[in-house]
Amino acid sequence: MDAWEELVTSALLGTDRKPPATGAGDAAPVALLGAAAVQTVRRRAGLRPGPAAPALEAAPEDGRGALPEAARRRLGQLLAGRSAPSAGRRGAVPDLTELLPQWLAAANERGYRAPAAALPALLDAARARTDLRPAALAFAGPRGLWLARLNPDWRFALRGTAGGGTLPDPADEPAVLALWEEGLFAERVALLAAVRARDAERGRALLASTWGTERAEDRLMFLDSLRAGLGPADEEFLEAALSDRSRNVRATAAELLSALPASALAGRMAERAASCVSLDRTEGAETIVVEAPHECDAGMVHDGVAATPPTGRGERSWWLGQLVEAAPLDCWSARFGGRDPERIVALPVTDDWRAELHAAWCRAAVRQRDADWSRALLGAPGAPQATGPGSSSLAERARLLSTLPAEERAAWVAAFIAAHGLSEAFQLLGVCAVPWSDGLGGAVVDALDIARDAGSYPWSFSGVMGLAERCLAPAAAPRLAVLTVLPAEESEDVSPGAGGYWAEAFQRLVATLELRAAMHAELAGDA
Amino acid sequence: MATRTVVPMTEQGERWTSEQVLALAPDDASRKAGSKLGTPGPWSGTGWGGQGAKEGAGALWGRCAGSGRTSYRAAVDLAGPAYTCSCPSRKFPCKHVLGLLLLWAGDAHEDGDGTAARVTRAEGAPDWAESWLAERRTRAAAAPAAPADPEPARRRTERRAARITAGAQELERRLADLLRGGLAAAEQTGYGLWEETAARMVDAQAPGLASRVRELGALPGSGPGWPVRLLEECALTHLLDQAWLAGDRLSAPLAATVRIRVGLTASPEGPVLRDRWQVLAQYDTADARLTTRRIWLYGHDGGHTALLLSYGAAGRAPQRALPVGTVLDAALRPYEGGGPRAELVEQFAAPSPTAGPPRGGPVGAALDAYGRALTDDPWLDAWPVTLTDVVPARAEYGWQLADAGIGRSGTSAIGTGNTDTRDIGTDPTATREAIPLTQAAQERAGLWRLIALSGGGPLTVFGEVGHQGFSPLAAWSPAAPAETVPLM
Repeated sequence: MDAWEELVTSALLGTDRKPPATGAGDAAPVALLGAAAVQTVRRRAGLRPGPAAPALEAAPEDGRGALPEAARRRLGQLLAGRSAPSAGRRGAVPDLTELLPQWLAAANERGYRAPAAALPALLDAARARTDLRPAALAFAGPRGLWLARLNPDWRFALRGTAGGGTLPDPADEPAVLALWEEGLFAERVALLAAVRARDAERGRALLASTWGTERAEDRLMFLDSLRAGLGPADEEFLEAALSDRSRNVRATAAELLSALPASALAGRMAERAASCVSLDRTEGAETIVVEAPHECDAGMVHDGVAATPPTGRGERSWWLGQLVEAAPLDCWSARFGGRDPERIVALPVTDDWRAELHAAWCRAAVRQRDADWSRALLGAPGAPQATGPGSSSLAERARLLSTLPAEERAAWVAAFIAAHGLSEAFQLLGVCAVPWSDGLGGAVVDALDIARDAGSYPWSFSGVMGLAERCLAPAAAPRLAVLTVLPAEESEDVSPGAGGYWAEAFQRLVATLELRAAMHAELAGDA
Repeated sequence: MATRTVVPMTEQGERWTSEQVLALAPDDASRKAGSKLGTPGPWSGTGWGGQGAKEGAGALWGRCAGSGRTSYRAAVDLAGPAYTCSCPSRKFPCKHVLGLLLLWAGDAHEDGDGTAARVTRAEGAPDWAESWLAERRTRAAAAPAAPADPEPARRRTERRAARITAGAQELERRLADLLRGGLAAAEQTGYGLWEETAARMVDAQAPGLASRVRELGALPGSGPGWPVRLLEECALTHLLDQAWLAGDRLSAPLAATVRIRVGLTASPEGPVLRDRWQVLAQYDTADARLTTRRIWLYGHDGGHTALLLSYGAAGRAPQRALPVGTVLDAALRPYEGGGPRAELVEQFAAPSPTAGPPRGGPVGAALDAYGRALTDDPWLDAWPVTLTDVVPARAEYGWQLADAGIGRSGTSAIGTGNTDTRDIGTDPTATREAIPLTQAAQERAGLWRLIALSGGGPLTVFGEVGHQGFSPLAAWSPAAPAETVPLM
């Protein structure tokens, strides 16, 4: 036992019971403390470094360029404001949390590398908000993944990102094959997507090489990756997958095939759909007559039609919907005397089949990315809701809009807002390109102005306000300035205090637009 | 001694960066609230008096719309820096001041062709700001109060010394009793005994002894190995008692150290050091009574490290705040009793942007420095050091900082200036030494900033080294040596 341990033992048991070597009796405690003090200071003064643990593997190089100084500072601010409480009235100051996604997207577009010291805050932000993850992780780059591997809190970052490693160059044939054959599932999914993005044929060939041995869940995921770059050359493979053991794989294969209007499956579906829907000329005005299928035969099941409807839906309308949805839209023109989509959509339909038929056409138009049919089904933006040709839901309209070119989409939504106001525009605005076009921005601002004059409170429009803060073109700021002024006195038909709240909401909108303009200028290196 | 703040009429320091502004925030909530106000929306009547404009030299002001109808008036004297705001916040600086500073910092490039500055230069400040600035300048220039009659002061000092002596003797008796009965019993007696003893030390006007006793009381519950820690701290307390009781036989510097450790206030003395002082770190520690702010400075010319201490009442941030990373042309006066503590005597210009990292050495040299410092102050828990060329590494016990593998054992021929560390560990001649990070440091978010900044490569790290390990406070990477990354 060394001297120090003896002192500790004595101290623990008490000098009365275990007198230290320094002496017994009344003076023993003081002598022990004295000796311990000497030992303690000596030990501390003589501390030596310990052996070094193995060094960490160095983080992979990130070849992207460094952020401009001003943008780096802005990122710090956005990340610091990330978890700011948003309870209660929002006041006149911008909500930084909402700008982070936009900042990340812009930084990624410009190909910047994340500042190393910001990575922990960035990963924390991505951990808290799943919607932020793809952009945040892309920005964090290889060093972000390197860091995430060291901290269990950031394990989420490793999921679906090839285990945190880096993918081989898709052109590096042996490396691709090695990873495809030995990699983890997430790595293989990422690899297939990368190869497919570069060379669609090669991607399909890679998948075909091991198709028979993959597990059903995996087959489903892999098949889904063919969605990117889908083309006629994929038909043979997909046609074979229609006989797959797994029902989900069959359904996905059928869905992909139906998106190829020239495919044999699309032809079969067109035939089936056409046999159910015909034009009746007997009663004067031409009318569409629908005769839904009476059974779901083996051929239909083989082509991906689900035989059992969800609870509450009739079998026959369920089958009809699937046939029409999967049939190429081109086939209807021939069926209805060479009419264009608009005139087809305008035709009356017998026996209440109209809603069912139009809904199926909507799904087909979205699946086949058919702008003409989408336009016809959307109808005129100003038409009253109930009589719209598709009388489709806002969600369906938003999906239809997404198939139109960006300018046309913005113009349609602008006209919709001009006719119907803002209360139903939220979903439609969500599919418009950012920043909003002049016309669309103008329509939104006018509608907000009208809402203000009508005496409502701004929080009835908080959703649209929030969108406007993120999506309005910063160039719109000057024309908003006049709206930020506090009204001199409130007229009687206005809700109490509303004027002040509106002024505040517009101030926040203007401040946010200025901030976004500054953000983009900083990222461009102009600030 | 008057603390004067003199701003020369010559060159204007550049605007601060947002990080430097945010570093002033007393807490996270203020940082967030301040960030939100760093946009033009709520502001009006903002202005910036640069040097040369006689009124309001180096000052910043503006009105911020609050939730009510009246707006708050905020102003900053950049040379202090010092702040004022008409809002009722007890935070200091408040969110309005932070917002104003951020707004101003955001204009860093106003002279370029970018957007218009949000805080423009102005000839003079509005009356309300000007009167505050004028009052500050008058107060700063005022002569120190005339020394009081020395005789009553001397008697007071003697009376207090006598009470502390009685306290030290009582503490000695209690320590002896404890050791006689054994520390094992201390686990059962609980905290009450220590609280009572601490209260006795407060009565004896020895706050240093009182806080030491409170810490002793926490040790029996501090997990495995507590008897060793308790014995060590009891022994050092005994050493302090004895040193106090033997006061007249100690050397002057050691006697001064003992006075400080017991809890008597020290005063700055000795020659003034003027230097380019870089703000390395600023952090607060708080207990139920007091918030203590530590600001570490490094003089780039003299190579000294200095500590500024300031205090705030419980829950309130101390008034002094310096932006981390900036450099102040300033004069400091060290405190008696050695150690790094100093007082800011005079600041000659507004803080300017940063310099590179301080000079430092390997891990072994840092522990040597702590060992040497213990000879002047055996009660020292931590000593400021800069580690050069170190990498964070993970040992079985947790994170450590290790020499990057260049140096000490004759490997300099291969390694000097080599920043590529991927070959570390394959060089058999390199002896790499390491120091563990303190438990507290391993639980801080700053640990991950340190690791991220390193990316497995070597860094310069400033921090406090002690018998519990190393506590990193700031780091610099070779890729961006001018950027001070705070780790607290």
